[in-house]
Amino acid sequence: MSRADNLSELKHLPPAASTNKIARREFLKTTATIGSGLCIAAYVPELAARSVSNAPAGATVFAPNAFIRIAADESVTVIANHSEMGQGVYTSLPMLLNEELEADWSKIKVEAAPVDPAYNHTVYGIQMTGGSTTTPSEWERFRKMGAMGRLMLIEAAAQKWGVPATECRVEKGVVIHTATGKKATYGSLVAATSQLTPPANIPLKDPKQFTLIGKSVRRLDTPSKTNGTAQFGLDVRIPGMLFALVARPPVFGGKVVSFDAAETLRIKGVRAVEQIPSGVAVIATAFWPAKLGREKLKITWDDGANANLSTTQMLADFSKQSASPGTIAKKTGDPASALAGAAKTITAEYDVPYLAHCMMEPLNCVVDLRADSCELWTGTQFETGDRASAARVAGLPPEKVKINTTLLGGGFGRRANVASDFVVEAVHVAKVAKVPVKVIWTREDDLTGGWYRPMWHDRFAAGLDASGNPIAWTHTIVGQSILTGTPFEPYGVKDGIDSASVEGAADLLYGIPNLQVDLHSPKIGVPVQWWRSVGHSHTGFSVEGFFDEVAHAGGKDPYELRRTLLASQLRMLAVLNLVAEKAGWGKPLAPGRGRGIATHFSFDTYVAQVIEASVEQDGTVRVHRVVCAVDCGRTINPDIVKAQMEGGIIFGLTAALKTEITLENGRVQQHNFYDYPMLRMFESPVIEVYIVPSEQNPTGVGEPSVPPVAPALANAIFAATGKRIRRLPIRTADLATASEAKT
Amino acid sequence: MTSFYLNGKSVTVDDDPSTPLLWVIRDTLGLTGTKFGCGMALCGACTVHLDGNAIRSCVAPLSRVAGKYVTTIEGLSNDLTHPLQRAWIEVDVPQCGYCQSGQIMSAAVLLEQNAKPTDKDIDEAMSGNICRCGTYSRIRRAIHRAAELSAEKRSS
Repeated sequence: MSRADNLSELKHLPPAASTNKIARREFLKTTATIGSGLCIAAYVPELAARSVSNAPAGATVFAPNAFIRIAADESVTVIANHSEMGQGVYTSLPMLLNEELEADWSKIKVEAAPVDPAYNHTVYGIQMTGGSTTTPSEWERFRKMGAMGRLMLIEAAAQKWGVPATECRVEKGVVIHTATGKKATYGSLVAATSQLTPPANIPLKDPKQFTLIGKSVRRLDTPSKTNGTAQFGLDVRIPGMLFALVARPPVFGGKVVSFDAAETLRIKGVRAVEQIPSGVAVIATAFWPAKLGREKLKITWDDGANANLSTTQMLADFSKQSASPGTIAKKTGDPASALAGAAKTITAEYDVPYLAHCMMEPLNCVVDLRADSCELWTGTQFETGDRASAARVAGLPPEKVKINTTLLGGGFGRRANVASDFVVEAVHVAKVAKVPVKVIWTREDDLTGGWYRPMWHDRFAAGLDASGNPIAWTHTIVGQSILTGTPFEPYGVKDGIDSASVEGAADLLYGIPNLQVDLHSPKIGVPVQWWRSVGHSHTGFSVEGFFDEVAHAGGKDPYELRRTLLASQLRMLAVLNLVAEKAGWGKPLAPGRGRGIATHFSFDTYVAQVIEASVEQDGTVRVHRVVCAVDCGRTINPDIVKAQMEGGIIFGLTAALKTEITLENGRVQQHNFYDYPMLRMFESPVIEVYIVPSEQNPTGVGEPSVPPVAPALANAIFAATGKRIRRLPIRTADLATASEAKT
Repeated sequence: MTSFYLNGKSVTVDDDPSTPLLWVIRDTLGLTGTKFGCGMALCGACTVHLDGNAIRSCVAPLSRVAGKYVTTIEGLSNDLTHPLQRAWIEVDVPQCGYCQSGQIMSAAVLLEQNAKPTDKDIDEAMSGNICRCGTYSRIRRAIHRAAELSAEKRSS
């Protein structure tokens, strides 16, 4: 599937992504930056939310807005407009809402929202999940929606009793008239609320009155995830459904020249073999015959323009390109003169590879395509875009496309695909299958299918004064742009700078007076996209690794130098000091172990980590302990925040120690967990997470723990062995000699 | 036709005997708690019990289970009362949850064979199961907790 082909889909996204063009321009005047530097309209579509009814036709329910449905049986359904991919939003969103609704928590159920502008992201303006933004972007709206419901239920009871609403209060889904002790459950008030109009003024609680927010409430989805009942996209089955696998080109942008399906069609259970734009689909009665059938296909491919792509060559090209400055992303002071006049200068080059998201649940999509409708079941992070793309392929208006968002077996960004690649392809398969169909990707399809975290090269130079303090810092970045050519380009790409390429570098928190960050964005035919922590996933490693080098070059303790240069960054300073204290920075360690420290600011969240590691004689890295401190503003559910920090740390360790996607002759060299290995239980360190108490508005937690992991580990390895890691994944062979030399 | 016992009930299917058990369970018999992750016995998402042992159903041909007893996550308990399920809920182990059926099925065999596993025992029994969300430290905690719950149950 070529980049160009995919981009051709994109022009269908903007109409759905905006309410109208003029309004959108107005929104842009008050842009908000959230997450990966995406600057998109900030608005709260509260009116839209009020106007949508989520009530099933004919049912007696109370649905004051798009997010709540209360039934006479006392059940309270929260309609979640953000997808649950493990980050806990099917618990944290209901917590926000019920803080104000004050229903009985044990009666809360969660349902995925349909696609509707009422459910658009309050900042991005389309319905999607990403950028670690669910909690920050819904912090106000979900509380308001809950409060609206409570006020109306109180009003209904007050009218029934003929008393002023101000004399009534609520306890666990029961309205109580304090003076008389009269009580009415929410369920009993459902019919009475139908006569009421939503209040114009919806005051919110003072945070001091919170009873739910800030508590480690257990996740609502855990029971279904321990008995097999949780339904992921791959588990969906609809009547008459067939299964399909697609043979895709071995080179990005390749095309089918011809194919021979004779042997495939002889396999019991194979129903049809059809060419579609992205390859050849094998349609069968179950997964297994479809897979066997695909193996028997004989396809002649035209590899196209990318048949010579080689990551080895790219590594050399990127390094060469970084020798000259690119487009300036950030410049303060006079870095060139400061470097020239420095008492000491150091330089270094850092490299990170392409990475696959590798969710445990491979991509899949169920499509029921009819003459005048199209219904999809899939775990997606990108409903608005997927609906627009599916509608175009189906030849239907978007309103005729229904998306059922299932649970996601991991997302990490892959399921928010700007081209809706796995949805578009599935609708194409449904068109030729002419019956409902489930398209399933194998692990091999997933790993070789593109849309990777870009490969990056970072070249640094720093100048130190006579006392060892950095006075100049230059950073040249080389890597593909994620946002160029997507609907996000107008917001994320300015003057040739993709904000996702330089985030975490151009917004360096350290007080270095002369600074330059510049960027080269080569165009390469490998599809790339956001991957948990996006640009921060490379700048975290390179910036914090090089900072460690600067500290050592100046004879400074890496923690102390960070303290000095973060003196005006009070929140980061507090996080840094907390992690150093909890990790016992400076205290003696077991023989052979080293400690590394790193900080990183991303998604408006401050994180610092200290890792203890050692290296065995054969070069095997052992990670013993990871201490993490985080300031993410007010915590909605501290245990979920901790879980996200823990998970991000394991994700970061896998990237640091294990994985890379490489290409030779245009072909991806990795295929399954044997050559794209994940961190496992026996390699999993002790993880401690400390949350800085805060009354600031909540910020992101899904991604910010990833960026500091690799540099903290690299810095720990340096402390243990004297060997500097400048390329990921860390290679055992590179460390074997260092370790043996030391022992 | 191949017959075997699935969660205690006799089932008969006419899939080709070489079909992996995973797809017989999921596509033919419609029990979807057992997951597909790699198809090569590398990730453990498809772990089920065959006569009390943990096997990777994605590489076990149907012929291998003829006449035998297969237990899937759906057969572990019918009311979330298995000590592992209780512990998983208490510790809030799952994130996306996709791998957790396999994790729990691997852990169940560990606890059957070792009432009080050490961290090293857990490493050995559980390292065939990948969790991309990184819930390993909670899985470890929950297995220790389930061992306690089992001990309480036995002594009461």
